[in-house]
Formats: sequence, C-alpha cells, structure tokens
Amino acid sequence: MTLTHSPAGSATRRRRGAARQSRAGMAFVAAYVVLLVAFGVLPTAYAIYFAFTDAGGTVTGFANFVTTAQDFRFLDAVSHVAVYLAFWLLSLVVFVVALALLLHRLASGSASKALRFLYYIPGALAGAASVLVWLFMLDPTVSPVSSLLGALGFHTFGEVIAPGNLPLLFTVIAFWTGAGGWIVVMYGALNNIPADVMEAARIDGAGAWQTAWHVQIPMLRKWIVYMVILAFAGGAQLFVEPQLLSLASVGVAGRDYSLNQLTYDFAFQMNNINGAAAVSVELLVVSVSAAAVFVARSGFFDAD
Amino acid sequence: MSRSHHRPPHRRPVRHLPSRLLTGSVLAVFLAFFVLPVLWLVLAATKTDQQLVHDNPLSFGSWHALKANWHALTAFQDNAVMQWLGNSALYAVISLVITLGVAIPAGYALAMTEFRGRHTLLFATLVVMLMPNATLVVPLFLEINAVHLIGTMWSIILPYSFYPFGVYLTYIYFTTAVPKDLLAAARMDGCSEFRVFWHIALPLATPVVALVGFFSFVANWTNYFLPYVMLPESSQMPIQVGVGTLLSNVPSFNPTVGDLAIQRPQLALATLVAITPVLIVFLFAQRFLVSGMLAGATKE
Repeated sequence: MTLTHSPAGSATRRRRGAARQSRAGMAFVAAYVVLLVAFGVLPTAYAIYFAFTDAGGTVTGFANFVTTAQDFRFLDAVSHVAVYLAFWLLSLVVFVVALALLLHRLASGSASKALRFLYYIPGALAGAASVLVWLFMLDPTVSPVSSLLGALGFHTFGEVIAPGNLPLLFTVIAFWTGAGGWIVVMYGALNNIPADVMEAARIDGAGAWQTAWHVQIPMLRKWIVYMVILAFAGGAQLFVEPQLLSLASVGVAGRDYSLNQLTYDFAFQMNNINGAAAVSVELLVVSVSAAAVFVARSGFFDAD
Repeated sequence: MSRSHHRPPHRRPVRHLPSRLLTGSVLAVFLAFFVLPVLWLVLAATKTDQQLVHDNPLSFGSWHALKANWHALTAFQDNAVMQWLGNSALYAVISLVITLGVAIPAGYALAMTEFRGRHTLLFATLVVMLMPNATLVVPLFLEINAVHLIGTMWSIILPYSFYPFGVYLTYIYFTTAVPKDLLAAARMDGCSEFRVFWHIALPLATPVVALVGFFSFVANWTNYFLPYVMLPESSQMPIQVGVGTLLSNVPSFNPTVGDLAIQRPQLALATLVAITPVLIVFLFAQRFLVSGMLAGATKE
C-alpha cells in the first residue's frame, strides 16, 4: 500500500513521461532536421566553401570577393538593388500600415472584409505572372491607364521602362503582389489591440489620427519590423522581374541588373562558381545582418 | 439645456464627413490599383491583338476571339502550356504533402514538447527563415548536382518541402491558441505522444494546417528562379517558367521573334491559366487566412 503511493513512484512515473515526451518530440522534428540540414545548412556551407576557394579547391581568402567586386557590373547591380529596396520597404511601411488602419476604421465589417479579399487577389500572380501583367499595364498601346502614362510623359513602352524608372516599376509590381498579404496580417494585429486601450484613448479625447499615431502604430511595431525583415530578404534577391524584362525590352534592362542575376551569370554563363558563391555570401551576410539589427532593436523574438 | 444636447449631433456629421470621404477615396484608389490589372487581364483574353490595341481597354471582346486564342495557345509547341500546368500541379502537390507532413509535427513538437536541442532548433529555424532563399539557388544547384538529381522533379520538390516559415507559424499557433493543459490531461490518461498529436492537437490545428498549406502551395506554384535553374528542359518547366519563355515569342515585346509567334491576348490567356489554380486554392483557404493569421497575431 505505502509502496504504491510512495513519492519515488510518482517521480519515476514523471521521469518516464518526460523521457517519452522527449523521444516523441525528437521523432516529430526528425524529418524537419533532415530537410533543415540538407536545404538550409548545407547550401550555406557550400556557398561559404566555394566563396573562399578557387576552382582547384585551394583556399584563396578574399580573392573571389575582390574579383567580383571589380567586375564592371557589380556596383551597378548593388545600387539597383539598394534603390529598389529603399522604395519597396518605404512603400510597404507607409501604405500597408495606412491601408490596414483605414480598413479597420470602416464601420461596415463586410465592406472591410471584401476589400481585404480584393487587395489580396494579386498575390495569386506573384512570380512571372505579375511581371507579365505589368508589362501590359505599362505598355501605352494596350494599358487601361495609357492616358495616365501619357500625362506623365510616357508615350512608348520603351520610354516607360527606361533604366531610371526600373526601381519604381519593380516596387509597383512587388507592392501589387505582396501588399495584400501584409494588410491582412496588420489588420489581424489591429484586431488584437485590447478594447479598453482604445476606449481609454477615446475618453482622453484622442481623434482617429492621434489614436493611430500614439496607440495603434506603436502596438504594431513588432509586426512592422517582421514585415520589413521578410520584405528586405525577399527584395534583396530580386530576379524574376529584371530577368523577364530583359526578354521584353531589347537590351534596355540587361540580364545583370540585380545581384541575383549577376550570381546566375557568374555561375552559368561565365562558369565561375566561386565568384557566384562570393556574391551569394555577400547577400546572405547583408540580409541576415539587417535582420539581426531589426530583431535586436525591436525585441521581436523576446517572447520565445 | 436642450440646445446644449443638440449641439454634438449637429457637429459630428460635419466633422466626420471629410475624414470619411478621405478614407473612402484612398481605399477606392487602391482598390482600382489592385483589381484593375486583373480585370484587364481577363478581358484581354477575349480579344484579338487588333482589338487589344484599338478597342477600349476594359471592353469585352468576343467568345469567338477567346476560342481562337485558346486554340492558338494550345497549338503552341504541341500544347506545351497544358504540360507545364501538369508539371506545376505535380511539383506543388507532392511538395505540399511533404511540407505539411514535416512542418506541422515539427512546429507542434517545438511548442508542446521538451527535448534536448529544442531551443537550438528553434533559433536555427528563425535564422534560416530570415535568409533570402533565392540567394542559395547556386549552392543548391551544386549540391543537387553532386547527388545527380539535376533535371529530375526532386531537384525542386525537395527544396520546396523545406519550409521553416511553416514550422514557425505552426509553433506560434500551438504556443498561443492551444491550451497546454488540454494535452497534458490526455497524456495523464496514458495517451502516447503520437495519439495526443493525432487525435487532439491536429484537429485543433485545422486553421494553421490550411494556412501553412496555402502559403506553401502559393510560394511553390509561383516560384521562378529555382525551377529556372534546376529544370533545363522545356517539357519539365512549371507553368510560371513556361509563360516566362512565351514572352520571348511575342512580337510586340521581342521584335526578333520568328515563326513561333504568340500574340498578346494569348499571352494574357496563358497568364490566366497560370494563376487560376492559385485563385481556386485561395478561395478555399481564405476563411482560414484571417483566423489563422489572428492566431499568429496574438503572439504579441
């Protein structure tokens, strides 16, 4: 009797339960760990290995980085991506947050829901399809906004896609396909601001703009940071937009406009795997460093 | 007294009117921005190239022109478009099954169980999630080439199945929306961890399964760079890469094109074909999108 009720017995059962849970947990993550190693860790290791060696496997320090940086296309590609990123991130922060706030203020819930759905539809055209759609939108001979294009001084397709316009055009395409999803996320986050916080602001006499600026936007901070981090990573790897544009505009947008295109060119046109790896490593370092800075400053993952 | 009572109602509409008009105007402008191109695309497929240039951009062409465009499109390279569509379906569905089979249990385990290395794995997931994955396409190519899988469907299905965002989303869902006490009670009743997961946790996780499934499917269906690199044969292309190659055959965009010309309305139709499966999946998944994202949003 006393033996079956002993604390040692209970402790033993708890230890067996914990051990069983531990084994189950590991079993549940096993397949994921395999994929993580195969497609997350190994490619990164490959990139680092090739970036610091030559075709014969000899360690070369930073030679590959120097050689690729001296390529006449490298700095242009860097500036193209940098300008595009600035436009893209700014458009997201300003318009996604603004649209989420406006949708949240709509008295009609069904109108708000319908608009969120409609804003989301272009997400289905991400990738090559979105570029094709916007090639048509930007061609004055067929565009439904050709009069607007004319008013802006663009009368031929060639004029619209002049090199100086490309960062803004790529931003428009990316915003059109990507903003809808983020609006839904921001809207959901707004819904989770406690009602008593909003009521307190109203009692204090805050109007819509003051509430947005002092209450809602600060409480969206983590989600804005999250959006910026993922959008930065996505934007830095610009590829399909300039790649397809190079097919549609005899020479106007080259096949080395972005860093990812340059990586592709080094690897598959110039047979310089090591140079391609060096550029890849640079992109990885910049993206992960930027993410680390954003995370550290916002405490995004503190709850983990 | 009565006058003071009347004043607020009189002032309120006047004060709110400009604000409401502004809200409505901004939302309407963005509605046009988001929807107009899609509407144009649908109508373009019903026109001849001549009609596309000369008629109102938002006018309907004719059923006859739509049929003619369809026939011209399916005649291109012996119905390559349908082959590309089939390829996309094959790649996306297989990788979807693997993704869900891997990501949901992993996210659950990270949230609900304790095991050595759990925090390291969670951290690694966050780091990899924040890496720009297209940047790793070249080293991925080298790795896949080393195991002789280039040119096979596994060269993209396996990388597609690695979806750390789905793992993280599932982890967030289980840490915020599913009470731990509920699962602990089941364990006390002697249920194995697998039975707890399968019979209790998984049914509760329907929203996040739909959410991860949707995002995974859309990301893989619309991916361009990876299949562009891994699958060199035209017969292997997914539809997104395929419609990209059609662009080279449109005379108005590429004046050097030869006999295999594709007209702009046919390119519009091909684009519609490419996006229709995503829209269908979107319609089914959309009620989970908000509820699932809400669960994620409560992470704060």
